[in-house]
Amino acid sequence: MRRIISILMENEPGALSRIVGLFSQRGYNIDTLTVAPTDDETLSRLTLTTRGDERKIEQITKQLNKLIEVAKLVDLSEGAHIERELLLIKLKATGAQRAEIKRTVDIFRGQIIDVTPSLYTVQLVGDSSKLDAFVDSVGEGAVLEVVRSGVSGIGRGDKVLAL
Amino acid sequence: MELLSGADLLIRSLEEEGVEQIFGYPGGSVLHIYDALFRHKTIEHFLVRHEQAAAHMADGYARVTGKVGVVLATSGPGATNTITGIATAYMDSIPMVILSGQVPGHLIGEDAFQETDMLGVSRPIVKHSFAVRCADQIPEIIKKAFYIANTGRKGPVLIDLPKNVTNPADLFEYKKPGKVSMRSYNPVSRGHSGQIKKAVEAILKAKRPIIYSGGGVVQGNSSDLLNQLVKKLGCPITSTLMGLGSYPCDDEQFVGMLGMHGTYEANMTMHHSDLILAIGARFDDRVTNNTEKFCPDATIIHIDIDPTSISKTIVADIPIVGAVDQVLGDMVSQLNLLKESVDSEALSAWWERINEWRAKDCLKYDPAGSSKMKPQQVVEMLSKVTNGDAIVTTDVGQHQMFAAQYYKFKRSRQFITSGGLGTMGFGLPSAMGVQVACPGETVVCVTGEGSIQMNIQELSTCLQYRLPVKIININNQALGMVKQWQDMQYDKRHSHSYMESLPDFVKLVEAYGHVGMRVDHFSDLEAAMEECFALKDRLVFMDIYVDPNEHVYPMSIAGGAMNDMILSKTERT
Repeated sequence: MRRIISILMENEPGALSRIVGLFSQRGYNIDTLTVAPTDDETLSRLTLTTRGDERKIEQITKQLNKLIEVAKLVDLSEGAHIERELLLIKLKATGAQRAEIKRTVDIFRGQIIDVTPSLYTVQLVGDSSKLDAFVDSVGEGAVLEVVRSGVSGIGRGDKVLAL
Repeated sequence: MELLSGADLLIRSLEEEGVEQIFGYPGGSVLHIYDALFRHKTIEHFLVRHEQAAAHMADGYARVTGKVGVVLATSGPGATNTITGIATAYMDSIPMVILSGQVPGHLIGEDAFQETDMLGVSRPIVKHSFAVRCADQIPEIIKKAFYIANTGRKGPVLIDLPKNVTNPADLFEYKKPGKVSMRSYNPVSRGHSGQIKKAVEAILKAKRPIIYSGGGVVQGNSSDLLNQLVKKLGCPITSTLMGLGSYPCDDEQFVGMLGMHGTYEANMTMHHSDLILAIGARFDDRVTNNTEKFCPDATIIHIDIDPTSISKTIVADIPIVGAVDQVLGDMVSQLNLLKESVDSEALSAWWERINEWRAKDCLKYDPAGSSKMKPQQVVEMLSKVTNGDAIVTTDVGQHQMFAAQYYKFKRSRQFITSGGLGTMGFGLPSAMGVQVACPGETVVCVTGEGSIQMNIQELSTCLQYRLPVKIININNQALGMVKQWQDMQYDKRHSHSYMESLPDFVKLVEAYGHVGMRVDHFSDLEAAMEECFALKDRLVFMDIYVDPNEHVYPMSIAGGAMNDMILSKTERT
């Protein structure tokens, strides 16, 4: 099962390598990973997506919690949450394809953020499945380059991950 | 205002932590530190012959005292040589602080002479690590390192010290750090009282209970509470390799060590139990065998300070996260308050079954089966001659298992062995660390001719510091455990398990300035051992030639349940 784990950790050199190292050391998967400082510059927020059954996920969260620099952790997928990922994609856009791509971008509520006579660069925000669906619908032949930010997430409602 | 260099700040901070002895080896990056050590004269330093031994010495010191063992090594090869020692300590949760030198800050990342990314290399085998960037951080980092190493589930902490931060020309004000407070590290102590209550209820309802005790009881100094609990419940108790000694081996309720080379009765009792109370043990693969077939009828109560140990391999029915001493204390006082007591009728029926298993006498061996002495005889004699009072360290292999099975341990911290990592070469240096911590005690290293040669250079260190360790070399002229597996699983194809051209250990030991003895016949063993232990102030190396074909039994059958065992070369369960 896919899970989104969100971590508040000390913004210190080496902290990220400990988290990433833990995954390879113990044979866990990381599908996506994003990390950046928060409003409190001593803390970083890291969001990762991983897969595994109930027991594996329990081990992953416990092992992460055990790392000295991990201050707080939540498995967002346990409750209602919002997830977003940013896609930047360069697409071949010539001839009849050019208009078709523009329409697809509009349907998905993306933006064309750079244009040349032969290509569009598109920005799209949404959950990962929406980005997947967009890439599928423009078709493999049109895609020149794909950049995905990895998933960020936040709990819905009153739930706050803070110290 | 007290102005100190980084190196002096370091020594000063170690003094504040109460460090009296450290183990190390000098080199370019740590020369400022060694100079401060020389000037302060407050901390005794033990110069090893290889940095791996420094780590094992600190480890032995920590295991026997419960204090943090401290290692000092230079950058590059000095630091990387400690890796096996750090990994050994990590696997067995031993509190240790490793001070590793580093090239000056401006050279880091440039592949400078003797540069290694020690933080990176050590990352998977430390509880935590620190990089010092400025000397004024040193007092606080040292304080935190000791705190982290010796609280919660204990473990090694590494501090990387670039040479420039210890520069004697740069002076800083010494400010004594206050109490450690870390928002991201708050080790638990008390267990959840509701869970403890549930556990007590389950224990009182059980008809076939067993206590499965591990290294956490040693680490948590909970031997007394464990003894009280076992006596109160009247149930059988087994121990892991790491837990041996927390409960006296010669007591009636002790059914012996469990697991791969555990006793028949311990493994049978586990398998047929309806309740397992696991205390500071982690259901390691050498214990459980096939987890799918593990103890099918048992309700599992698991007490551990580390939440990751709980339900990692075996799902706990009643998990209790907490320090073993606190939880056992709460458990014993709850039991004392209750009117109900154990089901004594069921318990006596349970003991009847256990005594039937016991009657198999699984540790018996045939001393007359060969003209050669049996390794088991050596350990039994050692136990007798030392009256079960010696502190015993081991290396890894058959001799380690024989020591665990046949020595009659009486107390916690008496058996020092590399359980998790299984490090050959651990025995001698750990014995040295033990002897440093306990100068008046009899310290024995039970080893084999394979393992001892992995750190034999330390005989030189022993001479320098007059460490009168007694080395019992159970010499079967082969890598016994490897050979045993080859006998059993590879149709006796002994691929590289022979030690041809063994040295004359007696001459070798004498060349190092110690006493050597060789024993070939059992009839000479007792007198030779008496003579060995009478030499209180000398290191004595007993090279004891034993039957090269002996196997360690019982042995669990790979992939089986706990009741699947090979009991001898001809008998299986």
